[in-house]
Amino acid sequence: MSAPEVYEVPQPPVDAGDALAEDRRAGEALWRVAARRLVRNPAALLGAAIVVAFVVVALLAPVLAQFPAGALPGRADVRPTFIPGPSAAHPLGVDRYGADVLSQLVWGARSSLLIGVLATLLGLAGGAVIGLLAGAFGGWVDSAAMRLVDLMLAVPSLLLAVSIAAVAGQTPSAVVIAIGVVQVPVFARLLRGSMLAQRGQDYVLAARSLGLSRRTVTMSHVLPNSVSPVIVQATLLLATAVIEAAALSFLGLGGGSPTTAEWGRMLVAAQNELEIAPRLALWPGVCISVTALGFTLFGEALREALDPRSRRR
Amino acid sequence: MTRLIMRRLALLVPTLLGLSVLLFLWVRALPGGPATALLGERATPEAVERINQLYGFDRPLPQQYVQWLGQLLQGNFGVSTRTGRPVLDEFLNRFPATVELSLVALVVAVGLGIPLGYLAARYQGRAVDHAAVVISLLGVTVPVFFLAFLLKWLFAVQLGWFPSSGRQDPAMIATHPTGFYVLDGLMTREWDASWDAVVHLVLPALALGSIPLAIIARITRASVIDVQHADYVRTARAKGLSAPHVRRRVILHNAMLPVSTTIGLQVGLLLSGAVLTETVFAYPGIGKFLADSVFNLDYAVLQGFILLIAVVYALVNLAVDVSYGLIDPRMRTR
Amino acid sequence: MTDAPGAAAGPLLSIRDLEVTFRTEAGSSTAVRGVSFDVRAGETVAVVGESGSGKSTTAAAVIGLLAGNGAVTGGQILFDGEDLVGHDDAAMHRLRGSRIAMVPQDPMSNLNPVRRVGAQIDEALVDNGVVRGRGVRARTVELLAEAGLPDAARRAQQYPHEFSGGMRQRALIAMGLAARPQLLIADEPTSALDVTVQRTILDGLTDLTDRLGVAVLLITHDLGLAAERADRVVVMYRGEVVEQGDARTLLTDPQHAYTRRLLAAAPSLASRRIELARQGVEVVQPAGEDLLAPAGVGTAADAGRAPGQAPPLVEVEHVTKVFRLRGRGLLGRGADLTAVDDVSFVVPRGRTLAVVGESGSGKSTVARMMLDLLPPTSGTIRFDGADVASRDRAAEVAFRRRVQPIFQDPYASLDPLFTVYRTVEEPLRAHGLGDRAQRRARVRELMDQVALPADLLRRYPAELSGGQRQRVAIARALALEPELVVCDEAVSALDVVVQSQILHLLADLQSRLGLTYLFISHDLAVVRQIADRVCVMQAGRLVEEGTVDDVFGSPRTDYTRTLLDAIPGRDLDLGRTA
Repeated sequence: MSAPEVYEVPQPPVDAGDALAEDRRAGEALWRVAARRLVRNPAALLGAAIVVAFVVVALLAPVLAQFPAGALPGRADVRPTFIPGPSAAHPLGVDRYGADVLSQLVWGARSSLLIGVLATLLGLAGGAVIGLLAGAFGGWVDSAAMRLVDLMLAVPSLLLAVSIAAVAGQTPSAVVIAIGVVQVPVFARLLRGSMLAQRGQDYVLAARSLGLSRRTVTMSHVLPNSVSPVIVQATLLLATAVIEAAALSFLGLGGGSPTTAEWGRMLVAAQNELEIAPRLALWPGVCISVTALGFTLFGEALREALDPRSRRR
Repeated sequence: MTRLIMRRLALLVPTLLGLSVLLFLWVRALPGGPATALLGERATPEAVERINQLYGFDRPLPQQYVQWLGQLLQGNFGVSTRTGRPVLDEFLNRFPATVELSLVALVVAVGLGIPLGYLAARYQGRAVDHAAVVISLLGVTVPVFFLAFLLKWLFAVQLGWFPSSGRQDPAMIATHPTGFYVLDGLMTREWDASWDAVVHLVLPALALGSIPLAIIARITRASVIDVQHADYVRTARAKGLSAPHVRRRVILHNAMLPVSTTIGLQVGLLLSGAVLTETVFAYPGIGKFLADSVFNLDYAVLQGFILLIAVVYALVNLAVDVSYGLIDPRMRTR
Repeated sequence: MTDAPGAAAGPLLSIRDLEVTFRTEAGSSTAVRGVSFDVRAGETVAVVGESGSGKSTTAAAVIGLLAGNGAVTGGQILFDGEDLVGHDDAAMHRLRGSRIAMVPQDPMSNLNPVRRVGAQIDEALVDNGVVRGRGVRARTVELLAEAGLPDAARRAQQYPHEFSGGMRQRALIAMGLAARPQLLIADEPTSALDVTVQRTILDGLTDLTDRLGVAVLLITHDLGLAAERADRVVVMYRGEVVEQGDARTLLTDPQHAYTRRLLAAAPSLASRRIELARQGVEVVQPAGEDLLAPAGVGTAADAGRAPGQAPPLVEVEHVTKVFRLRGRGLLGRGADLTAVDDVSFVVPRGRTLAVVGESGSGKSTVARMMLDLLPPTSGTIRFDGADVASRDRAAEVAFRRRVQPIFQDPYASLDPLFTVYRTVEEPLRAHGLGDRAQRRARVRELMDQVALPADLLRRYPAELSGGQRQRVAIARALALEPELVVCDEAVSALDVVVQSQILHLLADLQSRLGLTYLFISHDLAVVRQIADRVCVMQAGRLVEEGTVDDVFGSPRTDYTRTLLDAIPGRDLDLGRTA
């Protein structure tokens, strides 16, 4: 059953002079189509808005935060059985130690973004190297790489992260390493699978028949056609990274002191105040959830926009 | 079938051996070396020295590894520095609690996730679909420990409907032949003990089940939508099967194939989530014990528990793969 | 147009001014408009058209199974006097299976993979109220046997994946006829099957429907098949009926320009080798696929071709390819599959050697080995006197310049991220030919050669039609001025008119550039048009070799004869009507 073929991309008028100067803009159509689909998708826009807001807050923290990170302006007002709620001076109140909750949240965005992005970049880099080697060479390189990946996937992800963070010392960089390493097998598998799927395609055979070297075939044909699922996954894993960073903090592996501006840590500290100030847990929890939601919405929309099944009609 | 199981079991050996090597090296890579793992962070240099000699930590690594592996195979996973008891005992004592919690969480996730996903697919674009999409989004974006926290605050602290922590009312005296409290109560006819255990399970299981619920609902929805467009569904309608009949016999069965694999994949998430959920609800399972051991840097426990969890994880995955063959005839002849 | 309805009763199915519209991302599009035709009881009517002609959509509308975004937006579908337009699904459900049934196109995807074949027919019987209780299974076995499935009782216990394609199609036919419908819609019922299987399945279907007096609405892209099987033929193009009438009359005396073009393009055994441009007559094909535009197909006079004196370009000697299949069990030894078994042939310079065979015959493996994408297990392939294997990198690069492929699926053979320009320029750049300006000029020249307008250069494959894509693939293959072009099913994925255009283009390029072709195909009728010599392969072995006229005119082996007999419309002189 097929409706008449409809070409989606409107053709700009062709000027003979520059028509040929197109060769370096490979993949433009794919990404241009994806971009247009994203702009039309309200979920993508909402996700993007959340992510942008989050990044802006993180970058502008010194300007936006009323108090410096770790400052305890409300210390004098805190009593063992009473923690002051919202007031003019502290819109979201203060915590057990007298830190301004709003300022802490703003500074916390910074560390969450940093940890999330660095960890995902680390995972992406590691996974890309392993996946690329496995996907490009096959044979024993592939087997070895996949055994390594199996090994890393043999332990549930959080436990793997916990054990890595425990050896790497309890610092924010240990958290980055732990979460990044946990992501390595995910990216490696995805890129390898995607490359293997492309390797058998006719256009790759055609490229080999042109006499291109294996490296050229891999780098200019196989890899560019394999990256879009990896990019989608990276967006989605940013959400996971933010949540896992908070989880490691929650388990006491984030490093820093009780007053460090970190969402996961704020949430742990709030555990003890459940009876007298439950709001202290609410705000960091909401921040983590909303940030994760932003990345997830955007990632899902990106997946849909890049889906070849919906593109090739 | 038996062949498949044997083959998978055989493949398990190198993976677990590899993992044991990594965990062995992991403890050796600790700041204070393996003696720290035994004695804890505050050990004196003299004590470390003594232990190093006693346990042969000054010998070559391969020799140490073989020795250590020999001990593992005899069930000696070392001793917890925090409690002073054997790691294996600590694991086995708490394992039933975590299994009980995970099973209930999984039942919640499957029991709510599949119908939700199915209805969403059937009424695509309508209210139930939107609800399912929102629930599955929230399930993966709201951290488990935050959800646990919210549930605890609302239903335990504010409303007082459920207990806020533990597995059983401390005042309750009950016998535990199996370690599965709900089952124990039923076996010994101590109905109140059984009920008490159920009540304690509700909130942790809801929190823990949230992620698998979201994922299962989502996969079910996608899978049903996919199958609805399959050629064989059209053919089934063309040959005159009624719509309910097509839904029941054709769509549901086929749509469940990817869902069942997904359910198997949730075991890792449940074990990860158990660490966090059990911590929030002070639920005495392996997750809580593991989290406490992290706080106290009880490396012997971490090492042993991770290895044991990996074994359990691998066996469960194997069981899932095998059961997959039962619903997909194409796997059976392979 | 149609004859007046019979005096006794009106037609079983009467479609009047049917219009079907699909809602898509880009707005709504009308897939079928103003379609009217009749099917009388017991009669077979074929609806013929290319992909996108609306033929399958029309069939889906009749049985009420349009895709979710499609709807009948006008006209009537009168079945036994009752208008089906406006029937809700419950009303349609009462008709489906019991009165209107369907045999779908792809046997691989149309059976429920998790249910035994017998059970799938049982449920059709039960749900249509044909049989109940203990008799059901017995009836199912009868139906399967009737559809030509051997050992039906045992087969009914098996799952679809244990069936071959032909067996599945038989099961689907048994299923379609289970409740003895009055109208059977057969939507390309055999196009996914090998040609010899196709023939037996169609014979079975025809016998059965004749015997049962079932009217058949046969949807097909194949004019030959339509002519052979149908009483009347309806030709559709771009959602409209362009012509309809008695099968023989329509084929011998087509009225509409499109039908004539379709007939001219339809390959058949009666058609002769494309000889155009052999005398240097420049014939340019229209690149656009508006088939109603005036045809540019020239019929140049037959020119006697000089017999090749030079040594053959390619010599294939005792080549065998064995694939090791992955073993079962822990230590299971893998079985060996001999895909190509001791095959020898030569390809003369400037000529076309075709290798024909059904799926699994090893013909594509031969192509891959010829392209040096797969090493032979034993034997040698010599190209211009030198062994294709055992070369250093420099010799490999030189070899690649001289041998180029064209693959079957033009969707898959172009990198989706490369513009047309980049695709065609890539070989030039890879081999360091010319500077930027020279490469640009050469790309334009190549586009001219394959009759593509230069304004397509900045497009991506997804924005091209199937024929345009294949032309781009040809331009890429020609960029390095190769001597040998390996065409692996190069026209099989194309609609018949486009197929004919590409074949003419290939013939034209051969005569102008002196190319040698190794032409791999399953389609004997296509081979008839393009090849000088033919090799027939069966299960890895070369069973017959000779000139086209010898092999087609007086086949020496039974297998070749079976293949030739299986071609639909072989006895109809389709190729000469235009």
